Order: sequence, then structure tokens, then C-alpha cells
Amino acid sequence: MSRAVAAGAGATVPTAFPVPVPLDEALVLDVLRTVHDPEIPTISIVDLGIVERVAVTEHRIDVALLPTFVGCPALDIIRDSVLEALAPLGRPARVEFTWRVPWTSERITEVGRQHLASSGFAPPAEPADVRCPYCDSARVAMDSAFGPTQCRSLFYCRDCRQPFEAFKPI
Amino acid sequence: MSDRASVPVAAPGPALGPIARDALAGLLLSMADDEFVIGFSDSEWTGIAPILEEDVAMSSIAQDELGHARAIYELLAGFLGDGRDADAIAYDREPEAYRHARLLDHPRGDWAETIARRFLYDTADAARLAAIGDGWPPLAELVAKIRREERYHVMHAQVWVDRLAGAGGEARERFVAALEALASDASTVLATPEGEAALVEAGILTHPMAVAADAWRAEVTSTLAPLAIRLDLPPAPAAADARTGHSEAFRWLWGEFTSVRRSEPGATW
Repeated sequence: MSRAVAAGAGATVPTAFPVPVPLDEALVLDVLRTVHDPEIPTISIVDLGIVERVAVTEHRIDVALLPTFVGCPALDIIRDSVLEALAPLGRPARVEFTWRVPWTSERITEVGRQHLASSGFAPPAEPADVRCPYCDSARVAMDSAFGPTQCRSLFYCRDCRQPFEAFKPI
Repeated sequence: MSDRASVPVAAPGPALGPIARDALAGLLLSMADDEFVIGFSDSEWTGIAPILEEDVAMSSIAQDELGHARAIYELLAGFLGDGRDADAIAYDREPEAYRHARLLDHPRGDWAETIARRFLYDTADAARLAAIGDGWPPLAELVAKIRREERYHVMHAQVWVDRLAGAGGEARERFVAALEALASDASTVLATPEGEAALVEAGILTHPMAVAADAWRAEVTSTLAPLAIRLDLPPAPAAADARTGHSEAFRWLWGEFTSVRRSEPGATW
């Protein structure tokens, strides 16, 4: 009986084709939300604010990205990840990095800030306004403006006694 | 610097007359060489800085500077269009052809000398970056980005200036001696570039480097005065003198930073 139901269900299941969705800027942005920063896998490049422009034409997808730092060594990886994520859309894609607009830490979205905090990184703030991402205490001290990557500083929380990293406001 | 593919591509800038073109190429080369030489030189602290935090800080600052150098060499390569890429410009010149300021011909030295050099360089570099106008947008856009990063370098240097000068004893003595040894070459970073008038006219510079140098001197003086340090900072000769005739220390450094490139010409990785 159950076998017959299963067989019957199998026969009526729709085909594997997805519901057709127009290939437009919104769809590309949705795909880019699945591409994550290689150094902080909890934040997407859209929430990080490095997607400056998306343009879709009949023949091509163009994506312009902003490096967070001029000497960022992760640009290649990010470009490759973007191309890989866009490949299933079946249209040639081009990724360009540009300085036309400077990336600033204010470009990180509210969702992005929450994702940073939940992974133990204090979102960007002036040093006096940084709070501990673990216990939310304001009794924190900057150990060093320079951390393991160009975009992060080292802090210490005097309340929960936890060292943590904070994004540099830039 | 091998990653050409991912480096931002600058839109072509506005057309410039031949004098302004040569002047711009000279300005770009001197800015990139400054960042490259101090970046490579300070990267030597990786692993041996006095404390762990400084190991990380100097490595990060060096990474910033090398990134700035790469971006400016890229602009220059695109601007010249003579078939050389950023790596070729950075590595394939004889030592005499580098155009970094004489301040950076001094070796990295000990920690006091490194901090003295960084402080003088970072403050002078900030004054130079502040003089870049929007006459050539590719440079103006890059400089807007670089200035946000350099702010941290200046903060870093000033913290250490206060710390070494305020410590008294041998730390202060060595730091003041280092400042005095570098003072006569410090303003070479702001030496008047060739063709400066054309750069100002094209809006690539908003004011002459001599004006930037005055602002820089005032800032250095106001930082050091509360620490009871007075430094004589004589004006630099023009760039043709201030950025040539490099030292033995630089020749040694050149041998280091070109060694991989020379060992296997044309290699990629």
C-alpha cells in the first residue's frame, strides 16, 4: 500500500525544472548572498557591502566589487567564488574590482553586523564605542589596532576576560 | 604582486599635455617606490619585532604599503602602456632607477630607528596624499581609499613616539638620536616633483609640495614639542636630487627584494 502511494506520488511529482525566474539584477544579488567572505564565512559579500554594482544584459552579467583594503589578498578567491556561484545561471559573467567608490565599514548591512557579532567579531565602531561580542560589555580595551588581517583590530574584554577581534572603522 | 587579474582596473583618465604626462608618471613612480621600499623594509620585522602585537602590526602595515605600491604601479603601467606590468616596474629596474625618497635610503635599523622613520614618513605621506586633487580621477579615487588606511599608520607611529620619548632613559636617548639622524632627509618625501606647475595646473596636485611640507613641519613640531624634542627639518632639494643617488643600504635591500625575480626570470606562481 505504502509502496503504491509512493509510486503514485512519484508519478505526479513535478519535473526537476525550477520555476522559471527572470534572470535580472535581483536574482544575481540573491545568488551573491550565497557567496561568503573567505576570511569570515558567516558574512556574505552583499552584507559586507562590497557589491557596488550588478548589471544584467541579454549576453552578460557584470558585477563590480569594492576591495575592503587596497592590499587585500583575498580578491582572487572572492572573484572565483562569484564566478562559480553565477555559473549555473548559464550566462557569461565578468567580475571587476574598482576604486570608483571607496569601501567603508559603513557599507556593512545591519544583517551583516549581526552576523559578525554572532561569530565573535565586534562590528566596526570607533574604539570608544566597541562592545564585547560575547557579553556586550563596554569595559573593553584595544590591545592593538592591527590584527590577523588588515581589516581587524585586537581587543580584550575586562568583564568576561575574553580576547576578541573588532572590525576597524575605515 | 603577481595577481594582476584581480587588481582594480582604472578608467582612462582625461587627456593631458606632454609635460603634465611626464610629471604625472614621475609622481606615480615616486609614490609607488616610497610605499614599496618602506613596505618591504618594514616587513623584515615579521617574526622579530620587540613584542608579539608589534610583529602583527608591522606585518599588517607592511602589507598595506605593498598593496598601495601595487595599486599605484598598476595605475602607472596602464598609464604608460609600454608593455611593462606592475611586477616589471617594481622589480626589473637597476637600483639607480628607483625614485624613492632619500629618507627611505636609511636602513630599517633598530626599533627606535624604525619608529622614527615611520613617524617622519607617515606624517609626510599624509601631507602628500592630502595634496592630491581630482585632476586625474584614477589617482584621486585610489588616494581616497589609501588615506582611510594610512590614518591607522599615523596613529600607530604616534603611539610609539609617545611611548619611546616618554619612557626616558635609553629608549628616549636612542629614539631622539634616530630622529636627529633622519631629520636632514625627512622632507625628501615632499621634494618638489619635476613638472610640478603642470601638475597643479591640471588639478592633479591642489597645491605645491612646498606648501604640503610646511603643513607637515607644523604637525611634526606640534607632536614633538610636548615631548620636549625639537627637530630641525630643512627643506628638501628638488626631486631630481632628493630621489636619486641611493645608499648602500638600499642596494642591499634591492638585492633582497629582487632575488626571487632574478633567480627565475618570467616565473609565475
